[in-house]
Amino acid sequence: MDALRGLLRISGRAWPRRDAIGTAVGLARLHAEVQAQGEWGAGVEEFRQQVRDFARRSVAPHAEAVDRANAFPRDVDLWRAMGEFGLHGVTAPVGLGGLGLGYEHQCVAMQELSRASGSVALSYGAHSNLCVGQLVRWCNDVQARKYLPKLISGDHIGALAMSEPGSGSDVVSMRTRADRDGDHFVLNGSKMWCTNGTVADTLVVYAKTDTGAHSHGITAFIVEKGMPGFTTAQKLDKLGMRGSDTCELVFENCKVPLENVLGEVNKGVYVLMSGLDYERLVLAAGPVGLMWACVDIVVPYAQQREQFGKKIGEFQLIQAKLADMYSVTRASQAYVRQVARDTDEKGPDRKDCASVILYTAEHATRMALDAIQVLGGNGYINDYPTGRILRDAKLYEIGAGTSEIRRLLIGRELFKHGI
Amino acid sequence: MKILVAVKRVIDYNARIRVKADKTGVDTTGVRMSMNPFCEIAVEESVRLKEKKLAEEVIAVSVGPKQCQDTLRTALAMGADRAVHVQGGESLQPLSVAQVLKQIVNKTEARMVMLGKQAIDDDCNQTGQILAGLLNWPQATFASQVVLSEDRKSASVTREVDGGLQRLRISLPAVVTTDLRLNEPRYTTLPNIMKAKRKAIEQWSMSDLGVDEASAVETLQVQEPPKKAGGVMVKSVAELVAKLRNEAKVI
Repeated sequence: MDALRGLLRISGRAWPRRDAIGTAVGLARLHAEVQAQGEWGAGVEEFRQQVRDFARRSVAPHAEAVDRANAFPRDVDLWRAMGEFGLHGVTAPVGLGGLGLGYEHQCVAMQELSRASGSVALSYGAHSNLCVGQLVRWCNDVQARKYLPKLISGDHIGALAMSEPGSGSDVVSMRTRADRDGDHFVLNGSKMWCTNGTVADTLVVYAKTDTGAHSHGITAFIVEKGMPGFTTAQKLDKLGMRGSDTCELVFENCKVPLENVLGEVNKGVYVLMSGLDYERLVLAAGPVGLMWACVDIVVPYAQQREQFGKKIGEFQLIQAKLADMYSVTRASQAYVRQVARDTDEKGPDRKDCASVILYTAEHATRMALDAIQVLGGNGYINDYPTGRILRDAKLYEIGAGTSEIRRLLIGRELFKHGI
Repeated sequence: MKILVAVKRVIDYNARIRVKADKTGVDTTGVRMSMNPFCEIAVEESVRLKEKKLAEEVIAVSVGPKQCQDTLRTALAMGADRAVHVQGGESLQPLSVAQVLKQIVNKTEARMVMLGKQAIDDDCNQTGQILAGLLNWPQATFASQVVLSEDRKSASVTREVDGGLQRLRISLPAVVTTDLRLNEPRYTTLPNIMKAKRKAIEQWSMSDLGVDEASAVETLQVQEPPKKAGGVMVKSVAELVAKLRNEAKVI
């Protein structure tokens, strides 16, 4: 994921919603061809339980080591494990190995993985939403068949590169350029804060194809690892989300074939903008998972830890904390589900997607602090996971648009369009 | 060859067991239920035999309330081809279940029935044995290895017995019950769970099959095991012996 990124300063115009443009690129055809839609039926709770079971047995046991080593485990391949279980293509067509489900299920998957490990879940989100999700929405049949099956199985890892050293929140000011040269484009420039950048096989990269046209000079490309002229710089040493590799990408006369244009030339801003709405929605489920992780730790602790001859859970000040944590967690989960359901029905709403992540992200950081407080001295040492959860949670106030950008977006939408 | 594999819906092995206040049984409201772990092993073994092309079809069967269909869906997600649900009460006894299974064996023309050796709720360890008796088929219980002959006329079954392993050769059709070390059941995956939803579950009632639900066993009372008391330090061997003799009554 392009973790530390915000939304650009929208230059006073409303961006068309994804579907009007997205389907034009051939996705409708693809969907029909492979009979895309799956059906879960039985309600999302059963799905959640299945993912939770998987996350507990396959992801949670590695969470602490991933944080400590700042790397995915070497002895097991979590990417393939998630792929075999079926998590990488939640919204992808069934015919290409996906589940053909919607964003409600995608959010549930993100939540339950985050509950097990914040950083594994973030890498998962970058792979299966930012990369796979963007491809599903925008790629043509040929691209779909070439890239999606391996990404969905977990044989290949995906990433998306948007921000640059000088273009974070103001992302359309990007300076990476792509110049047409016969049957290919030549990319030059660098991208920053690219989640999975060090390990990705397939990357969605935005670059300027018309430097004079501001946002309407952006084009999205599919870049493959190993394309001459494309290298990754050293991975970043982050406060949290350790193990979810973030790095700088460098393009020096990198030749990308014409057929790797995602969507249309100079129409990349639509790919980018709609992607940000979905990104915020899916990532909003991450903090909910981290909140559950806090509850999972704090409740048994309050039941067991004794002070003054009593379980600390018998003290009303602790009970009040538990009650608040539980209530906010449930409210956040319900909020994410509702926005996700609305998105599945009507497409994403910019202010709702910004609002839901604004709400869940800030509450998750606060809750992680409360969890540390309940654990007292134990919460402050790294033998307990609460410190890791705090460091992981803070990312969500910054990545996919800072809280400030989100407030700005929501406020502007409300002012412009009313309720 | 068709394999019939019987699965039972029980309280999940991770769940905390609570006895009902009136002591008539175990409280299952809001408690997570799942497939009996020994039954999972039976399903896994059946599916592996099919994957080795030693069986053509694996049919899962469960007897009990409507929610047993969830358990059957798990079996289907693990790889069973189709399922049969026989509607019945909550606490059926092994004899009734075996009578039902006999009818389903006849209907499906299965030549091998695979069952868990026992269920983790009532620990009866009877259904497979009674079924073999009713069918007049050979049985191999507590299997830790099952090898089917190429002509599918017999099977070699290794059993874990006191003091070692016993190998039996049984002719088919036969009943096999599975022990813990036979295999490690696969986890279901999201795509397979979705595929399982499209597989057929045939439905019967016990009366359709002419089986009486009534039990010859009456449960008088169910109670929690006594709370474990803390240990005590004894001062002398004499005191220890006295306690073992008079309190624990073990010597």
